[in-house]
Amino acid sequence: MNAPVATLPADARRVIPGTPIFGPDEAARGYRLNAMCFSFNDAANRSAFQSDPLGYCRRFKLDAEQTRAAVQGDVPALIAAGGNIYYLAKLAGIFGLSVQDLGAIQTGMSVAAFKQMLTDQGKVH
Amino acid sequence: MATILGGIFTSHVPAIGNAIAKGLQHDPYWEPFFAGYGPVHDWLHVARPDVAVVFYNDHGLNFFLDKMPTFAIGAAAEYRNSDEGWGLPLFKSFEGARALSGHLVEALVADSFDMTVCQEMLVDHALAIPFELCWPGAEKWPVRIVPIAINTVQHPMPSPRRCLDLGRSVGRALASWTGPERIVVLGTGGLSHQLDGARAGFLNPDYDRYCLDHLGDHPDVLAAQSALDIVELAGSQGVELLNWIAARGALGDHVVEITRNYHIPISNTAAATMLLECREGANLKQAA
Repeated sequence: MNAPVATLPADARRVIPGTPIFGPDEAARGYRLNAMCFSFNDAANRSAFQSDPLGYCRRFKLDAEQTRAAVQGDVPALIAAGGNIYYLAKLAGIFGLSVQDLGAIQTGMSVAAFKQMLTDQGKVH
Repeated sequence: MATILGGIFTSHVPAIGNAIAKGLQHDPYWEPFFAGYGPVHDWLHVARPDVAVVFYNDHGLNFFLDKMPTFAIGAAAEYRNSDEGWGLPLFKSFEGARALSGHLVEALVADSFDMTVCQEMLVDHALAIPFELCWPGAEKWPVRIVPIAINTVQHPMPSPRRCLDLGRSVGRALASWTGPERIVVLGTGGLSHQLDGARAGFLNPDYDRYCLDHLGDHPDVLAAQSALDIVELAGSQGVELLNWIAARGALGDHVVEITRNYHIPISNTAAATMLLECREGANLKQAA
């Protein structure tokens, strides 16, 4: 795959630790992946993915890494591959992953610890 | 002439929709959040709005990355919800305030806000859940709507300044509408939360309270930051604050806070509710 061309304006390249910024490069890189996820608004498409994940990824011309990550429900890898969280949420739903599950996976915590971390942030104040 | 009654600002976390469907309003987890709506219900009972202008963001139901408008306005007679892909109940349809949409489109474009105008527009949980919260159990929504969608999916996002100015332009347009409508403005989403990345689960109560404290009387301080500043302070999805800032702009210069509620956590979100009432004469002054 070609390296993405840097097209972001200076401010959009700002680094915020631990925080993916979905800008024009990511939108271009993840276009097909996000298109596949957008198709999951339709229940028939969710079923089609579940019965033939590889074939469904081929229909959307996902690259090898996007395909691997999509078939395995590997959300962090999908974000790195240009996935946008709002569209990926539809794929995560197929895998039965809640946003707490996703938070736990991305932070390396157990789901219980992640939920406790959320609750604790409310206790400080 | 039309009356702008006030603005309702509220989180729109999808899990709220499931909690309502399951009747969990008095569950210990949910009670502190739902309790915040009592004063909103009381106010709506007296204010009797018949139109709602709603600033929200689409989460990949209506808009895809093939064509992503920065600002879009509905001009339809009806707006439907549809399957969002992850098991939310379907929400009731909304009747559009089509004539008012037309007036807003004319006024906004004349004022250099070049809106994307949508005659077909599915509306997602970000629009529907606030209605479920404001008018629980309603058989039919008591208000017609004008939806205004702000891009919070892909950067660059509109600046908070631009969103506030858009809202102010909407406010001037509403104030110049000669119809008898009683209008409530909604701003949905937020407050701080982040779903993606190693910082997932980030919340920022200090910044949230700063926003709640300044939204009413000093919205321009919130507009002084960039959208990426808000991402840093409120989290990737906390940038939905842009909807609140735009909605605030539509209320005119003078508002009074009727109620607020703030609770952590609802799902991964610092949930907030705020109601600002327009002071009489504020809109006339703004239109001048």
